[in-house]
Amino acid sequence: MTLPKPVSRLIEEFQRLPGIGPKTASRLAYHLLRVPEEQASTLGQLLLDLRAQTRFCSVCFNITDTATDPCAVCRDPQRDGSLLCVVEAPLDVQAIEHSQGFKGRYHVLHGAISPVEGIGPENLKICELVERVRVGEIREVILATNPSMEGEATAMYIHRQLQGLPVRVTRLARGLPVGGDLEYADETTLFRAIEGRSEM
Amino acid sequence: MPRERTYQTEAIILRRRNWGEADRILTLFTPQRGKIRVRAVGVRKPASRKAGHLELFHRATVFLARGRDFDIVTQAETVESFSRLRDDLVRSAAASYAAELLDRLAPEELENQDAYRLIVQTLEALCTDGNIALALRCYDLKLLDSMGYRPELSLCTVGGEAIQAEDQFFSPARGGVVCPRCANRTEGRYPVSLTALKVLRHIQRSPLADAFRLRVRTATLDELEPVLQHYIQYLLESPLRSRKYFSEVSRMQGGGEV
Ligand SMILES: [Zn+2]
Ligand SMILES: [Zn+2]
Repeated sequence: MTLPKPVSRLIEEFQRLPGIGPKTASRLAYHLLRVPEEQASTLGQLLLDLRAQTRFCSVCFNITDTATDPCAVCRDPQRDGSLLCVVEAPLDVQAIEHSQGFKGRYHVLHGAISPVEGIGPENLKICELVERVRVGEIREVILATNPSMEGEATAMYIHRQLQGLPVRVTRLARGLPVGGDLEYADETTLFRAIEGRSEM
Repeated sequence: MPRERTYQTEAIILRRRNWGEADRILTLFTPQRGKIRVRAVGVRKPASRKAGHLELFHRATVFLARGRDFDIVTQAETVESFSRLRDDLVRSAAASYAAELLDRLAPEELENQDAYRLIVQTLEALCTDGNIALALRCYDLKLLDSMGYRPELSLCTVGGEAIQAEDQFFSPARGGVVCPRCANRTEGRYPVSLTALKVLRHIQRSPLADAFRLRVRTATLDELEPVLQHYIQYLLESPLRSRKYFSEVSRMQGGGEV
């Protein structure tokens, strides 16, 4: 049976999303055929807005909407500007925010050093981080990269780059399971890891 | 080997990248099947019991089930974690270099037990206090050898005559030394001093464990690096990404160590 093109194309695209197999992709596509017109067009519009109306914050490189740069966290006067948490990805910011253990600001690297995959330090927001520390009011940098080989290498590399600057550099407490991703860590574990951080 | 539904193998985790929501695709190097790519399901979740055993550069026993695109890791158990690599930037960069070279040189699914022993011994050496740069050059030479690219270091690759005790040249395209008399009519050759050539020959002849313990001056190792890299780059048709990273972090470390 050949499906109408709009249906088969959508199924194809769904299948390219993380965690979605062929079965789920078909189910979603057929579901959208049945929902009210308005619901489907809202979804379509949101997908367009997702790219058109967001950007990276020019200070921390987390995702923000185009109208708010610097982002809400970078602007918030309640947050401790002397404390900076460095993470690999925007989802890690989400995870740490949920743990409620951190009231400072963030810096998103957009990856971890992985030379074999072609990701070197120059492909990450490391220069921007060093610059931020150099000019800013930051007293402590918490390196919250993943507890993996790549995450450790990234933390060590940044630690080196920050040497000589008047800033305390700390690393999340071990206790996060090795090899796992920060974004999946539960709130309590993450809270404890931030609390128990130690000097590198 | 019979195509059974499940099998187990020892492996070094050479590469890995995220796949889907919480999976990873791993490139493994195994003694019997050479380089294979497999899928590890759910390993990015902290609850995964496999995750800690499938870290980059770990030596692990891996249990696999045949799958359609990729074989699936059902269980994994660390044999050697090479934990020093996690705490040392230069050593981890050296391991990246070793992994990338093997990944690039090895064809998929071709048994190469020598290459397996070589990567294991090299990762072990990188976790000792030995000379990191020397370990990598020994690895370069021995790996080239095991992949069928053994450089010719005794006879001139243009004229065929035995090499005399004098400074020589190296031609990546010819895969070996070129004597000073033939050098003029050979394109793309690089100078190599007699001392450096002697070290290369010595490494080539010695068992790996002995080669790792050679006493070689830093200046000589610095000379060997580009010679071997020209050859490797010629074979791979593009540079190794980890090479630049390794030299950068070695310099950051104050150039010591190497
Ligand atoms: Zn921001
Ligand atoms: Zn000749």
